[in-house]
Amino acid sequence: MASHYEAPIRKPLVTGGKSYHDVSVDIVNAVEGKANKQWWIVFSIALIMFLWGIGCIIYTISTGIGAWGLNKTVGWAWDITNFVWWVGIGHAGTLISAVLLLFRQKWRMAINRSAEAMTIFSVIQAGLFPIIHMGRPWLAFWTLPIPNAYGSLWVNFNSPLLWDVFAISTYLSVSLVFWWTGLLPDFAMIRDRAVKPFQKKIYSLVSFGWSGRAKDWQRFEEVSLVLAGLATPLVLSVHTIVSFDFATSVIPGWHTTIFPPYFVAGAIFSGFAMVQTLLIVMRKVSNLENYITIQHIELMNIVIMITGCIVGCAYITELFIAWYSGVEYEQYAFLNRATGPYWWAYWSMMTCNVFSPQFMWVKKLRTSIVFSFVISIVVNIGMWFERFVIIVTSLHRDYLPSSWTMFSPTVFDIGIFLGTIGFFFVLFLLYSRTFPVIAQAEVKTILKTSGDNYKKMRDKNG
Amino acid sequence: MAEKTLHAIYDDDDKLLAAVKKIKEAKIDIEEVYTPFPVHGLDKILGLKETRLAITAFIYGCIGFSFAIWMMNHIMILDWPQNIGGKPSFSFIENMPSFVPIMFELTVFFAAHLMVITFYLRSKLWPFKEAENPIPSTTDDKFLIEIKFDGSEKEIKKLIKETDVLEIKLHSNKKNDND
Repeated sequence: MASHYEAPIRKPLVTGGKSYHDVSVDIVNAVEGKANKQWWIVFSIALIMFLWGIGCIIYTISTGIGAWGLNKTVGWAWDITNFVWWVGIGHAGTLISAVLLLFRQKWRMAINRSAEAMTIFSVIQAGLFPIIHMGRPWLAFWTLPIPNAYGSLWVNFNSPLLWDVFAISTYLSVSLVFWWTGLLPDFAMIRDRAVKPFQKKIYSLVSFGWSGRAKDWQRFEEVSLVLAGLATPLVLSVHTIVSFDFATSVIPGWHTTIFPPYFVAGAIFSGFAMVQTLLIVMRKVSNLENYITIQHIELMNIVIMITGCIVGCAYITELFIAWYSGVEYEQYAFLNRATGPYWWAYWSMMTCNVFSPQFMWVKKLRTSIVFSFVISIVVNIGMWFERFVIIVTSLHRDYLPSSWTMFSPTVFDIGIFLGTIGFFFVLFLLYSRTFPVIAQAEVKTILKTSGDNYKKMRDKNG
Repeated sequence: MAEKTLHAIYDDDDKLLAAVKKIKEAKIDIEEVYTPFPVHGLDKILGLKETRLAITAFIYGCIGFSFAIWMMNHIMILDWPQNIGGKPSFSFIENMPSFVPIMFELTVFFAAHLMVITFYLRSKLWPFKEAENPIPSTTDDKFLIEIKFDGSEKEIKKLIKETDVLEIKLHSNKKNDND
């Protein structure tokens, strides 16, 4: 036991006195059992929203982007707001699985699988918006650097929009292989337990014949570590490049050097909030309270609090720099944000993102499940408003007062956004019924250091 | 092919490590060890060589980086130079700052994907590949040591019985032989 020592000050990460076999059984339960009524209700709602969204997408594409509320002045609005919001949400997954792996944080093991799933599903939603906004989505492959068989030109590598294409597709595909490689031993566990032939076949297929040889594990760990090392700068680069979409323009309110770190912090902030929302529900529905403990929720709340403070700091820096720059256009852009016709969006953003996470300083509140859930939703709303504020309030009053206008979304703007929320939850709910939602092989490696039964045993026997 | 295969099954990673150490000390060759999760220190005790996958990732990353430079130089400077916002289209090095994001992304893209593909090929992992763990519970909570040998099993069995073993299974690899 001595080799499994962990400082007694560390709280147990697996409770309920679990053995290795218990871990397998608890995690496979959601896959082998039947879905309950709540699952079907939530799934049906999500599916209806998804179908509604598809309807709106079909209408938009067959009619034209004029179906949206965009106008001559506000040429970007909900589409890019939703895009940045979804990409941002995706970031927590990679952060949890990669950055926390490099920092050897054991608590990530209970949440990394679902957080990575969330990353992949939300990046899919994000990718939809630019493709729809192209108007002719079947020509989306024109963004790839293919030889000019169509008689015109190559893509423009000076454009941040093209950088986005590379960043998002690299991010999606690397996250996917990272996720899948980690899934192999867990799929293999389900495969080796499966009794139904169909189930056995499917899990054999997806586990790629994983057998758990000593050499495989050695390679597996090396690959995980290197992928984490690659994914860490990748995740920072992706939101940096997303912020370049704005920062490299010459629009007051967008043309700022603070954008990359500010966007990355905001992305982690919103992503952790979404992980919190999903996991608080999932630990209850799938009976995983012994793996996703209050300790995990508290740690996530601390990350939310810290990134919330970073984001708040960025908001204030932006205001200060606008004033200090002496550029009146820049000054007006920020004055207009806070006090102009969109003041309500600005102050919703401030309230949700800067003030609400401050409650997390109180231990009682950050260990309360209900309170954490509410704050996580509030933060998600706040982060959506942040992107709306940055995008729409910077555009709607440009250099020419005669073209000043307001933006109001149409039913299709709203419908597509709701549709992506529905699509996201359809994917996540299907995932929660068919995938091992906790990286069980990894949890088993920390069981002897961080399981409550082993901790007690050590306390007794030294 | 060796005549006989012995499977020693353990129910704990520490017991497994102690057993592997003991078997290694007795100079008996271990064919393979199957575990449900990575057991730390096992590769060292088994004497496995360090994996070179990280080195391949570095090489793949260099390939990706070079490819990005070649591609953007070819497209933006050589094949069809254009005046885009007055950016220097005649000189790679002067236009290079715009290319940094994609140079980085392609480095990561190549390094990550080619390393994972290398891993899958080296460890023989792909769809429709049959699993090869001798008993299914090695992906759950059992640890298995596989030893292949010729001749009498007496000594090996005796040695393994001295370890904290759960179960020993002996298989004969000869056909028409009833174990």
